[in-house]
Amino acid sequence: MSDITSIPEDRDAGFGDYVALLKPRVMSLVVFTALVGMLVAPGGINPFVGLVAILFIAIGGGASGALNMWWDADIDAKMRRTIKRPIPAGKVEPGEALGLGLGLAGISVIMLFLATNWVAAGLLAFTIFFYVVIYTMWLKRWTPQNIVIGGAAGAFPPMIGWAAVTGDISLASILMFALTLAWTPPHFWSLALFVKSDYKDAGVPMLTVTHGRRVTRNHILGYTFVLAAVAVGLGLTSVGGPSYMVVAVVMNAIFIKGAVDIWRRTDEDSEADSHLVERKVFKFSLLYLFVHFGMLLVELTLTRFGMGGW
Amino acid sequence: MATQIRAEHELHRRRLSRNVGLGVVLVLFVGIVYGLTIAKVGTDPNDDLGAPWAAAQEKAAK
Repeated sequence: MSDITSIPEDRDAGFGDYVALLKPRVMSLVVFTALVGMLVAPGGINPFVGLVAILFIAIGGGASGALNMWWDADIDAKMRRTIKRPIPAGKVEPGEALGLGLGLAGISVIMLFLATNWVAAGLLAFTIFFYVVIYTMWLKRWTPQNIVIGGAAGAFPPMIGWAAVTGDISLASILMFALTLAWTPPHFWSLALFVKSDYKDAGVPMLTVTHGRRVTRNHILGYTFVLAAVAVGLGLTSVGGPSYMVVAVVMNAIFIKGAVDIWRRTDEDSEADSHLVERKVFKFSLLYLFVHFGMLLVELTLTRFGMGGW
Repeated sequence: MATQIRAEHELHRRRLSRNVGLGVVLVLFVGIVYGLTIAKVGTDPNDDLGAPWAAAQEKAAK
């Protein structure tokens, strides 16, 4: 036995390694959609309270990221995309990630409750529970529909932002949730069709692997129809209006066209042009979500000047 | 005479970043709690601090 404790010198964590546990890139999407949900909600919120609410919604999202990395450290170490995350890289101990995640989850929910109301805080707590327990621990390694479940967790922020202002849940806020929910499967699966992934080695069931690429193409088409219905439906609620509707109809027509193209192709077609259509649809899907939430803000601004809304 | 180790190691830089980072986070948290207090108490019509504000809002609404 040695009586000298040595710390491997290149493995001590800096502040940035703890920030990386919070998945800052996912956080930016959370901030944007939560902000839209908050701004389009009827009534008003003190700007400082609103800012604090967005901050703690983002921190709650970050906490679920840390808990996800704690639980998934074993599979993260097996995949090229995730091997440099703080735990598999050896910079942060798994227990530290667990502690940080639980601590920030508690702080964010309590602070959101103090800043706003229990509906928003309850939704945030449920989101963290849903992402960590239902998605990460239970369904991710069990069903190829894991993308749908994970997408649901990522879809809650606009509902939380809305609830922070109104203290309730409404048709418009549920449809904003449904928009991101229905968007995630075609977005992710079109990526899965052209990126060589190592999910198989990590033992995570991905639709392309478990049911094949033909079934994945069918699923993309199916979810795209659902998505279009939700996107247009959202335009009919109190947060929609003519400008949103025009843009939504055009964008959904393009997206459906892309999904149909993906559906009609065989893998041979796809290999032949190195997945050109799949790549295009994936790229467009990024723009799609951003523009839909962005148009809700445009509609809101126009309404302020008496030119928007129904 | 005691020997002093003066060499600055990369490790120390990372530890410093951790300590400074945590310090900044704590100061920001104090600022948030203070700001929330002002924002909430200052707009509460049942509170001494917020009553004038609420009265002004009501007046503006009329």
